[in-house]
Amino acid sequence: MDAAFLTGQLFNGFSVASLYILAAMGLALSFGLMRVINMAHGEILMLGSYLAYVAMQIVPGPMGLLAAMVFAFVGAGLMGALLEVGLISRLTARPLDTLLATWGVSLILQQGARDLFGATGVSVTAPAWLDGGLTFGGLQLPATRLFILLLAALVLAGMAAILRFTRIGLLVRAVNQDRPTAAAMGVNVRAVDCFVFSLGAAVAGLGGVVLSLLGPVTPNVGQSYIVTAFLVVILGGLGSLQGTAIAALMIGLFMALAQIFVDVSFAQVLSLLFVIVFLQFRPQGVIAVRSRALDSE
Amino acid sequence: MLRTTSKPALPAKLLGALAALLLACVAPWLLSPYDLNLLARFLALSLTAMGLVLLWGEGGVLSLGQGVFFGIGGYALAMHLKLADLGPTELPDFMVWSGVTALPWWWAIFKSPVVAVAAVFIVAPIVAALFAWAIFRRRIGGVYFALITQALALAFATLLVSQQGKTGGFNGLTDYHTLFGFNLNRPATVLGLYYLTVLFVAAGAGGLLWLLGGRFGKMLRASRDGSNRLRFLGYDPAPYKVLAFTVAALLTSVSGALFTLHAGVVSPALVGVVPSIEMVIWVAIGGRESVAGAIIGALLVNFAKDKISTALPELWLYGLGLLFILVVTVLPRGIAGLFAEIAERRAEARKPASSSSQKETGQ
Repeated sequence: MDAAFLTGQLFNGFSVASLYILAAMGLALSFGLMRVINMAHGEILMLGSYLAYVAMQIVPGPMGLLAAMVFAFVGAGLMGALLEVGLISRLTARPLDTLLATWGVSLILQQGARDLFGATGVSVTAPAWLDGGLTFGGLQLPATRLFILLLAALVLAGMAAILRFTRIGLLVRAVNQDRPTAAAMGVNVRAVDCFVFSLGAAVAGLGGVVLSLLGPVTPNVGQSYIVTAFLVVILGGLGSLQGTAIAALMIGLFMALAQIFVDVSFAQVLSLLFVIVFLQFRPQGVIAVRSRALDSE
Repeated sequence: MLRTTSKPALPAKLLGALAALLLACVAPWLLSPYDLNLLARFLALSLTAMGLVLLWGEGGVLSLGQGVFFGIGGYALAMHLKLADLGPTELPDFMVWSGVTALPWWWAIFKSPVVAVAAVFIVAPIVAALFAWAIFRRRIGGVYFALITQALALAFATLLVSQQGKTGGFNGLTDYHTLFGFNLNRPATVLGLYYLTVLFVAAGAGGLLWLLGGRFGKMLRASRDGSNRLRFLGYDPAPYKVLAFTVAALLTSVSGALFTLHAGVVSPALVGVVPSIEMVIWVAIGGRESVAGAIIGALLVNFAKDKISTALPELWLYGLGLLFILVVTVLPRGIAGLFAEIAERRAEARKPASSSSQKETGQ
């Protein structure tokens, strides 16, 4: 096995991991905060992809991608807010029921996309400045993949900054640590929930834009990434940004390296086994949030 | 939520069960062959639903990967059915198409029908027990468990699709004719298999009620409602959950095998992420804490799916999505819960002076 091939595979792992970061971040944050998993999160990715497609139809040329990102960020965020207010806030403290109800939402959104845009899918043409790539020796790094890496890093840094330095970030951390106490101190926990959920959906919308650059946009495009994104959340630990990023890298790299030896489907099976084995040693995930609460399942 | 079953309703329930059994026995004379085949398929599916009642309703453990065990049962039997039609040196058609030249050993052993039937009953429970032990040992539960089982279903279905030459790939295993020397297309065999299914469903329901009525059921419900309290009392909840998952896998595997016989096909489309979660909706609609509800839910949803999806395929997916949302928000105890509520109200109306609400709320 030559070095260029191995580095190429590593690079692929990093770029897949950055996709998982964009897809899983919103899931992880709202899971940490509200203990609910949104099964329609994959369809929010899909929504972002279709919004990117629409935006690039309206704004052609080099500015199209920027317009697509703004459009998808806002649109997906609004969808998230709608979902949180309309459904998830009504099912507090019933995580398994939330799971099923949001699965219903995902079925409706998929069928809606199928009726609006057709089942075969549409394709987005990446702007010209993403066509090239960097070449090191025998190794080619496509610009699209580099763009994904950069975007994921920026979003991660942005999220960390919001949580660390802004007032709303402070409130989010407070609710994350101890919800009843935060509420008793006058924090509007409902508003915090809604903010985090919408922000997570908005980031997933950006993930959707990235997906649209990689392949055709179909009504099922979110489904192919979301199950692994769930594994990333589990592996990362309760609602920790660092944990999510590390877990996404672990799974992305594991998948990429496993594919040197076996095909994609076996790599998928192996990555699931990897998660199960990892949880044997650290059942709370990579980063365990310490808590005195007894029933923190 | 500690709920005790009301004692005086028992004779009524027994009568209802007998009436349902009688109806199932005379159904071959009431239904067209097409509808009878559907009924047989859906009765087979109700065994899967019963497994989920045990696991999710009573144990509080939601599995989104029951399709895996359904598939193990279905494929185990289908592998034999595929080989039963062949001469000693022939290979199944899909293997020939994919250029496989020799039968793998783990296919060859399925030449014997006894091995196949034994595999239906043994393989899924063993896989389930190992998996559940690894997970519950480390106290992983709730949403985590649901998502890991979903990943399991995805991995299983992808594996089946990708190994075209060994599993029949996307099309699965189909087109088979004989089991234990019986021609599967003869009306008498079809009728016999229908009664076999009824027998399995009745035995499954009876066995499950017996299991849930005893000490095991009590411990399982306790682990659902307060696993920490259970630990403080000196019990480990994990073995009860592992056993529940194993028994559910057994029921689901049998269900898959029977379904394969009636439908004449088993394929990855029946075992992946989407079918696995559809299994949950049968139980959610029927009533997650009721064995009778599971049977009703499996029959109702699948007949509705058959009728609606042939007429208006788009509408079915919207309808299914709405069903998920509505049943969870409006009717969390399902149809069986609706009936239980009516019965409770009647009982309360009869004796208004007694202590009416002493429900302890857990969680």
